[in-house]
Amino acid sequence: MSQATVMERTPAARHFVASAASSVADGSRIGFENVSVTYGALTVLESLTLTVNPGEIVALIGPSGSGKTTALRAVAGFVRPSAGRILIGDRDVTHLAPYDRKTGMVVQNYALFPHMRVEENVAFGLRAHGANGDLIRKRVPECLAMVGMSAYAKRYPRELSGGQQQRVAIARALAPKPQVLLLDEPLSALDAQIRRSMLDELAKLHRDLPNLTVLYVTHDQSEALTLANHIGIMRDGKLKAFGESQSLFRHPPNRFAAEFLGRANLLPVSDLEPTDGQMARVRFGDVTLSAHNYHGVAASGDCLLCVRPHDFRFSHNAAEPNTISGTVISVQWQGDVHCITLNIGGEEVRMTSAPMSSPPRIGELISVYFNPAEVTLVPEDASHG
Amino acid sequence: MLVWSRPWRIAAWALAVPLFLIVYGLPVGVIILASFSGQWNDILPSNLTLVHYAKAFRTDSYDALRASLLTGVIASAAALVCGTWAALALRALDRLPKRILDLFFFIPSAVPSVSVGLALLVAFSQPPFLLNGTAMIVLIAHFILISAFTYGNVTAGLARIPADCEQVAESLGARPFYRLRRVTLPLLLPYLVAAFSLSFALSMGELGATVMIYPPDWVTLPVKIFALSDRGAIFDAATLATILGVATLVVLLGLSRLSTKAMTR
Ligand SMILES: Nc1ncnc2c1ncn2[C@@H]1O[C@H](COP(=O)(O)OP(=O)(O)O)[C@@H](O)[C@H]1O
Ligand SMILES: [Mg+2]
Repeated sequence: MSQATVMERTPAARHFVASAASSVADGSRIGFENVSVTYGALTVLESLTLTVNPGEIVALIGPSGSGKTTALRAVAGFVRPSAGRILIGDRDVTHLAPYDRKTGMVVQNYALFPHMRVEENVAFGLRAHGANGDLIRKRVPECLAMVGMSAYAKRYPRELSGGQQQRVAIARALAPKPQVLLLDEPLSALDAQIRRSMLDELAKLHRDLPNLTVLYVTHDQSEALTLANHIGIMRDGKLKAFGESQSLFRHPPNRFAAEFLGRANLLPVSDLEPTDGQMARVRFGDVTLSAHNYHGVAASGDCLLCVRPHDFRFSHNAAEPNTISGTVISVQWQGDVHCITLNIGGEEVRMTSAPMSSPPRIGELISVYFNPAEVTLVPEDASHG
Repeated sequence: MLVWSRPWRIAAWALAVPLFLIVYGLPVGVIILASFSGQWNDILPSNLTLVHYAKAFRTDSYDALRASLLTGVIASAAALVCGTWAALALRALDRLPKRILDLFFFIPSAVPSVSVGLALLVAFSQPPFLLNGTAMIVLIAHFILISAFTYGNVTAGLARIPADCEQVAESLGARPFYRLRRVTLPLLLPYLVAAFSLSFALSMGELGATVMIYPPDWVTLPVKIFALSDRGAIFDAATLATILGVATLVVLLGLSRLSTKAMTR
């Protein structure tokens, strides 16, 4: 392990990374055009339309069974759409065999070839494409250096830890210079600490290979927020929300997006009344609050006020604007934060704050406020979603 | 162990070991002892001798050993190739057609071998399928009887190889034949060896079908042993039985070493 880290820091390794960056194929766009997938009567992907631009990381998140893997495998060619088209670059690959698609795929359980050494695993794609020996001898060390696994070339997969196996799987996927990289829950099988450091390394890898187009499937929102330029949120085979990561987090377009990405508090509010700019006034119980009406919810309608747990601050004056009061239901100290649950007008509301030496007591009545520009009004969906 | 207390465990062993020795050990021991004996009138044989072995390797018994080994190897190899091919081909099928074909492959192993022998005898005794009196008909009988086992073994192996490996190989650009050669078959190797071993052992011991159809120039060891013991030449029969057992065991041990090597590579 330490040896690999040393390798990575040497000038030679730096050079490898630099030359590897220039030698990855220019990333290509991934396009889903109304892609549907059905198994018998079951529709597991419903008219998905989505574009991953060249050099971008797009994360698909959603609960288990929402169709994320199906979407990814449709790009790789292992799932045949019942309708729609899939594009890689300008090629329509909908009816192309998987081996003709030039995708790199990394799966949750690594799927290294157990009967081959690490270097042979990495060389596999090159050999399958008929690369000559010189190219293989040059490219395999390059790719192993990219993921910091140079010292393990001669090992067999079963002699590596989970994190190391996943690095090799990534090197193997990158070796034949795929047009797009498909990652299906690549960190889910790793324990929390390794996951954190692998996440950092994936981010670094993409800085080193800025042209690489990545579709990243995960059920973990923090992975998506850390890595992705854009995030798509899936549920029951449908894309419920799609947008630039920060804006999607700050201004979720619907209830499901708000709850799944960042577990927002959603307060039912009424009597919407636009004020200046994109701001609006709403009623919550007998209090009037103002908030950002990013999605332009129609006046006088009912909607939801999305307040992230960290948007709340303690208030010392209940008469201040945007202040609401409630009783403390629970207080949890989690090391770096205090999590407090309040009952505000019958709604359970979660807030977090920096650790306090004397946190509020259960049953105590406290007041909290938020900055109107930091909270968003979310339309109440017509459907259950 | 199901028995926890120490005295009871000792009692259980005290019961199991003699039982095992009587049921498995005694017949094997008697056969081996008989193969070395010149006379056996008392509880133990007298005049221990190697003359039966000398005879076994000088007479047509040697031809029988050769016929058995060749039949075992050829029939098992053919069954391995066909069973593997069938298992790979049928893997992609939907559940219902697969179930039907599974059954079709299973039938020969469920039908008594004597019936298979008789069926072949009847089927191949008329031109244009005149195979009576040829070694070919013996090979075909053995192939029919063992191919079901290879198919079953390989199918079980295919279900157990790591699921994503083959798909990852394909997405890396491996065309079907390349993937088969570099990924599927190597991962399947332990199951292939097991399938071959089982087929070989079955073929070496096959009597029921062979005795119905064997030609004079392709007498297998079991047939020879049957004939000898029928004539009352028990010691010679025991010698051939010992040779048959040892030959089979040697091949199986060799194969199992190969398989261990493949697994731990
Ligand atoms: N081969 C298949 N046959 C039938 N149903 C399938 C098959 N593959 C996936 N599904 C179903 O499709 C749905 C979506 O699966 P998947 O894409 O794996 O979800 P996710 O990756 O989001 O957890 C699930 O309900 C799953 O049961
Ligand atoms: Mg999945």
